[in-house]
Formats: sequence, C-alpha cells, structure tokens
Amino acid sequence: MAVKKHVKLVALLAAMVLGMFAFGFALVPIYNSLCKSLGINGKTNTESIAYNAATVKIVHDRTVVVEFVATNNSGVPWAFYPKTRKLAVHPGEIAQLAFYAENKTGHRMTVQAIPSVTPGIAAKYLKKTECFCFTQQTLNAHEAMDMPLLFHLDANLPANVSTITLAYTLFDVSDRVTKP
Amino acid sequence: MSQVLAHTTEHDDHGPDQGKGVIGFLKRWLFTTNHKDIGTLYLCLALFSFFVAGGMAMVIRAELLQPGHRFIDPNFFNQMTTLHGLIMLFGVVMPAFTGMANWQIPMMIGAPDMALPRLNNWSFWLLPFAFVLLGSTMFHAGGGPNFGWTMYAPLSTKYAPPSTDFMIFSIHMMGLSSIMGSINIIATILNMRAPGMTMMKMPMFVWTWLITAFLLIAIMPVLAGAVTMMLADRHFGTSFFEAAGGGDPVLFQHIFWFFGHPEVYVLVLPAFGVISEVIPTFSRKPLFGYNFMVYATVSIAILSFVVWVHHMFTTGVPLGAELFFMYTTMLISVPTGIKVFNWVSTMFKGSMTFETPMLFAIAFVFLFTIGGFTGLMLALVPADYQYQDTYFVVGHFHYVLVPGVIFALMAATYYWLPKWTGHMYNECLGKWHFWLSVISVNIAFFPMHFLGLAGMPRRIPDYALQFTNFNVISSIGAFIFGLSQLLFLYNVIRTIGHGKKVDGRVWEGSHGLEWTLSSPPPYHSFTTPPVIN
Repeated sequence: MAVKKHVKLVALLAAMVLGMFAFGFALVPIYNSLCKSLGINGKTNTESIAYNAATVKIVHDRTVVVEFVATNNSGVPWAFYPKTRKLAVHPGEIAQLAFYAENKTGHRMTVQAIPSVTPGIAAKYLKKTECFCFTQQTLNAHEAMDMPLLFHLDANLPANVSTITLAYTLFDVSDRVTKP
Repeated sequence: MSQVLAHTTEHDDHGPDQGKGVIGFLKRWLFTTNHKDIGTLYLCLALFSFFVAGGMAMVIRAELLQPGHRFIDPNFFNQMTTLHGLIMLFGVVMPAFTGMANWQIPMMIGAPDMALPRLNNWSFWLLPFAFVLLGSTMFHAGGGPNFGWTMYAPLSTKYAPPSTDFMIFSIHMMGLSSIMGSINIIATILNMRAPGMTMMKMPMFVWTWLITAFLLIAIMPVLAGAVTMMLADRHFGTSFFEAAGGGDPVLFQHIFWFFGHPEVYVLVLPAFGVISEVIPTFSRKPLFGYNFMVYATVSIAILSFVVWVHHMFTTGVPLGAELFFMYTTMLISVPTGIKVFNWVSTMFKGSMTFETPMLFAIAFVFLFTIGGFTGLMLALVPADYQYQDTYFVVGHFHYVLVPGVIFALMAATYYWLPKWTGHMYNECLGKWHFWLSVISVNIAFFPMHFLGLAGMPRRIPDYALQFTNFNVISSIGAFIFGLSQLLFLYNVIRTIGHGKKVDGRVWEGSHGLEWTLSSPPPYHSFTTPPVIN
C-alpha cells in the first residue's frame, strides 16, 4: 500500500544525503576560489609581478610600515630570520630586503616558505616582484644563504591600513621534492 | 521475524512473543522492529550515556575545584572535555530525542508504526558499537582524542593521538545512524499520517522533529565529509587542512561550523517541540499562535545555515563578512523570541498547575532565554573579540544545553513516562529532583559567565588564583546537580515497576491522539486509523 510512496521519498532523501556529502567536499574548491578572487585570506601572489617604474604611481605623502616575521614549522631546525625587521615605505615605491636562512642540520634539506599577510585584506595590495617563496629552496648541510624579497605596495591600499605584517613559515618539503 | 509481522494484522497489547531464556531476550531486543521497543532502546542508551558523560563532567569539575595540578594530568583532562562534549551531543541528546520521536510520532499522527521498521532497527544498533569504539579510545596507547569536540585541524590531524581514527569511524557510524533515523522520521511523518491529520494539525513535537530531520539530512553528510578529510590528511597524504601542502586549517573550521551551527538547532528544536506540548497541557489552554510556532521553527532552521561564521569571528574574516554574520545571528533571535512569547502567552490566564513536567518546562523557558541573551552578546563582533574562548562561552552554551535541552528532556520524560509505562512517577521525588536541579544548575553555570568576563580561558585544567572562588562555587553546584540526577534515575526505574496505575489520558489537560490510547499503549499503536475531527 504505502510501500511505493516510501520508495520514492526515501530515494529522494538518500539523494539529498549524497548531494550534501558531495557539497562538503565541494566546499574546498569553493573556499579556495572565493579566497583567491576576493583576496581575503592573507595569501599573496605566488608568481612574479613585474615592476614598471614608469607607470607605477608613488604616493609620497603616505607612509606604510611593513613588518617581517619568520617562523619555522616544527621539524625545520633552520636559522631563519629577516635581516630587516621593518620598513617604512611609500605605496608604489619598490622595496628590497633579504631573509637569512641557514640549514643547521647535517643533511641536505628542501623547504617551502608560505607567506601570510595581516590584515588579510592587504594581501592583494602587496605585490612581489621577486620572492624566495615562489620556489622551493634547497640547502646542503650547514650551508647558509641570503634569500631576496622585492616588493611594492599598490597605491590603492585601503586608507585605514597603516601597518602590514608579512609572515613567512618554513615547511620541510624534502620528502616531496621530485628527484631530478 | 514472521512472528512480529503476524502481529501487525491483529490487535494485541501483550507485546511480542519472546523466546526462552537469555537467547530469547537478546533476540527480542536485537531483532525488534517495533517503534516502541526501539524508542525504549534509544532512551536506555541515552540514559546510560548521560551518566557516563556526566561522570566525565564531575571529573572536570573536581580538577577545577582548586587551582593547581590536583587529580588528573592535563592530557587526561583534555580527553575528558572532548569526550564529555561528544557523548553529551551524540550519545545523550540526539538518541534521547530520537527515542522520543520513535515512541511518540506514530502515536501522535495515528500510525501503526514507523515507516521503515527494519531501517529503524539498524539505526539504533549502530549506536552501541559506535560508542564502544569511541569509549575504547581512552584505553589506547597515547590516550583518547584530546582536542575538544570541535576537532580543529591541525590538532586533530597532525598533532592528534593515534586513537583519533577510532573517533573518526565512530562519528561516521553515528552520522549514518542519525541520517537513517531522519529518513525514517520524514517518511513516517509525510506518508503515514492518519486521514484528516493535515500538516497544520500536526502536534508541535512532530513539526519540530520533521524540520530537525531535514536539518540532520543536510548537515550530517557534511560532518562525515569533514572527518573523512581529516582521515585523508592523517593517512593518505592529502593536504586539505595543512598549510605546508597548500591547504588551510581555517577551512576545517568553515566546514565544521557549517555542520556545527545547524547541529545546535538539531539539539534544541525537538526541545522546543516538547515544551510546546507540555505547557498547553498544564495551562489547560491550546498552544498560543500555533501557525507562528511552525513558521518560526522553519525560519530558525533556514537561518541556521547562514550564521556559522559567528563561531570564527577572530580567524581573520573580512569586516563585511563579520557584519553579515553578526546581523543574521541576531536575526535568529526574532523567531526564537516569537516562540518564547507564545509559550508565555499560552500560560497567560491559563488554569495552571505545577506538576514536575510543567516545572521543568517553565524553568526551560526562563533559563533558555538567559542562554539566548548571552548568545546575543557573543554575536556582537566587538564583544566577541573579548569573550571568545573564555568561560563566558562555556556558560552560554551550557545554559542553552543543560537547563535548556536537558530540562526539556526531563520534562518530556516525566510527561510521557506514565503513558509509556502505565504507571505514575513519584511526584514528590520529581519535585525534589526539579528543585535540586534548577538551583544547582544555576550555581554551577552562572559563575562561569563572571569567570569568562574576568578572562579565564576555556579548556584548561589549571587557572590563575583570582578565579578560585567562582570555580569552587561552580564545582559545588555541578556536584549537587550530578548527584540529584540519581533521584531521576531512581524515580524512572521505580515508576516502570511500581508506580500508581494511570488511565489513558494521564493528565487532566492532555490533548492529542496519543492520549486516546490506553496507558501503556498497545504494542502496535493504531492498527486502524483514528478519526480526526
């Protein structure tokens, strides 16, 4: 009697369950593309943005402080710190500094630096021309190097932002390096 | 099985045939497809879990009675907070309400049984195994899950003990169980109503459960997805939540709270339903504003999907998003306010009497509203920056869950127990249980607000000296509350065998189809559909 009615309804409800299970996974690309297009989770550009001195407008009457922070993820016993702790820059002006990195271990390691900007909204106005975070960095045992960072701030940076913190975390990716 | 099926065609009230001895007993309960049997199983499981998870709360409060390292080590403390939360949610409140749905919904809508009896049996019998799996984690090397019931990555992925995988599978099983239970409840409500029982004539408890079941169908698969991603991150080399591999730990919080906030309403909507049954009975008036109650429930359910970011205001979301989620959160207080208004209006000028279920229901209205107001405080973005992750949050959600949801469960148990067993509970003991509970619950949880405002963080086994006084008060209240629940246990067990016999109506002001049946009701509720005027 009611069995046929049940089958249809239960099939519909089961389809809803599967749909929501899929939606849970769909949230991952949705989240990533939303964050990317709106520039809201503090992630900076991952590829070089060319700096053209002729076209970039420099705002001389505004100064923004950019602070640099370096952190090692657990399992990365490297010395890693910015050689300049903070810089005062005019939006549009190119700025350059170096991060010092030293592999303190007795073996070769490859790391990836992951940047994060606070406040998150400032991330898309911080434009890097050159960054050690664009590629993986490999150092032999006890080897050290200065890693360059070249960036400028977009002149459209919201007026209420006067300090930007740019943080890098080093992650060990030695296991994932594709062997040449 | 054929024995049970044969019974569907005849009217009997002596229960199923049971084989001889222990095997017969086990088979009767293991294979039962009867909605009342399964409801009883759910309720027994919930009662047992209530004392297990309550015992964990006692351990937590004992450790916090005095500052310093007292009884247990911090890792065990963290396991206690995690398991207390998980078991209270998935092992107490959800099974208890599912058990009540099993008992009541067929009787309330004039159906002989649930729509899918075998599925019903499976939904229940998944649960004991899920909880054995979850409980076993405490005895594993490295201890049980210790990252809080919210399971935030990377605490639950990279830094979690090995037993976390057992927790993940146990959550999968609980999710499966409640999804199947919800499908069953929806099929029963939509397809099995007696002729004349239109949607807008359904009792509020049935309405709230219908909406709760839809919520569960929408969110439990998302939780299953989240824990599956956790599992993949832990063992299969994916990086959903790991920044090193291009993932984002904040993403876990988004997925979790997309489940987690509607989950709050899964817990509380059936409680609203119970209160909407109890208050009219003891006010001897029909429920005030029935239609508005239905619409309010639907709006709460819909709004619950667009507020989740209020759990993560300080994770760096943009200002626009903070404002949006603050406003939607505050908007939920409108339908909730309608409900509170309607309950109070139902009591207004009613011929009220104060039996135990009514006392619990009134305490629910009053204390749940306090929990609602602290929720509004937490919804304010600037205030939330101060209150988040403090004992203020703990005070808030315990106010909505203990004197809110747990009191509704108590009210429902006292209200329907005479119907289920045919015996009246001991009113004097019930009143003792109520007054001890309502006083101690406030002693236990009210000081937590002050602790939070003074800056005591949540989920810590030790605290600074200035927090001592309020913690002592809170712990004493918690111990009294815990002990007074033994009165409840005793009263329930005694009622089943000994209480005074009751007639079908039980309460003078009772109203609805379930009260037209005898007490206890026949094994199959309505073999011929009742006539509804």
